[in-house]
Amino acid sequence: MIAILAFYLFAAMTIASAVLVTFARNPVHSVLWLIVAFFNAAGLMLMTGAEFIALLLVIVYVGAVAVLFLFVVMMLDIDFSQLRSGFTKNLPFGLLVALVLLAEIIIAANARGSGQIIADRPADAAQPNIVALGEALYSRFLFPFELAGLILLVAMVGAIVLTHRRRGDARGQRASRQIARRPDKAIKLAQPKSGEGVKL
Amino acid sequence: MIGLSHYLTVAAILFTIGVLGIFLNRRNIILLLMAIELILLAVNINLVAFSAFLGDLTGQVFAMFVLTVAAAEAAIGLAILVIFFRRKGSIAVDDADRMRG
Repeated sequence: MIAILAFYLFAAMTIASAVLVTFARNPVHSVLWLIVAFFNAAGLMLMTGAEFIALLLVIVYVGAVAVLFLFVVMMLDIDFSQLRSGFTKNLPFGLLVALVLLAEIIIAANARGSGQIIADRPADAAQPNIVALGEALYSRFLFPFELAGLILLVAMVGAIVLTHRRRGDARGQRASRQIARRPDKAIKLAQPKSGEGVKL
Repeated sequence: MIGLSHYLTVAAILFTIGVLGIFLNRRNIILLLMAIELILLAVNINLVAFSAFLGDLTGQVFAMFVLTVAAAEAAIGLAILVIFFRRKGSIAVDDADRMRG
């Protein structure tokens, strides 16, 4: 009973916050609703027994991606009201496409006649979810796993290269010039007479 | 009882909201990226639900890969957004017509 209630709570919260992501006036509010949506989706996944994926969703999305979005939204100085000007114009067509898509997906999902219990059937109760997942990742899916790491590396390097800006007025070290400098050019010995001073 | 079709329905609604968001917020790249994140979240829910339904861990492994790609996509997309804003002074998609596409 409590599982059914929890499912409907998480599902309703996920969908409601997803709607608010789309319709919120302020993009900062959109990001915050996105965080709520991911939290509740993590709850949904937790109920199927996928603990690791659920916690990963919270860590990666709420901890990293949502904060990244927030930084960008707050960093850019944009007039957001002007950006929404096409909203009502696109509304009827967008709603039509969305409804058709939703009907199609629901029909396709129910056509198979699947309706079995999902929540109380753990995949392998002898092992915790993380252990089983780790064994799968490091044996059968080792190559895709390494590839995922490569994708993250490329994304990191790409993001840094794209946004790194060389400022014209920044002071820096030129190592080659420093190394090429010799003592006889850098130092001048002078023995001035008293009262004359040194001319450079 | 909560079955597979419940999860699939939630994911379908989420996916549809994401598509709707892409249609409605066509001018704002930040909201477009958020709508894409919603779509990928729907895919992840589907993968995890099928993984539990079939008793097979492969679905969860692939959900992890989708998560990885989504994080990379968000980082690159936001980086492109930042340099686009630096050049154009706006983030409206309509201004991205330099290639006359």
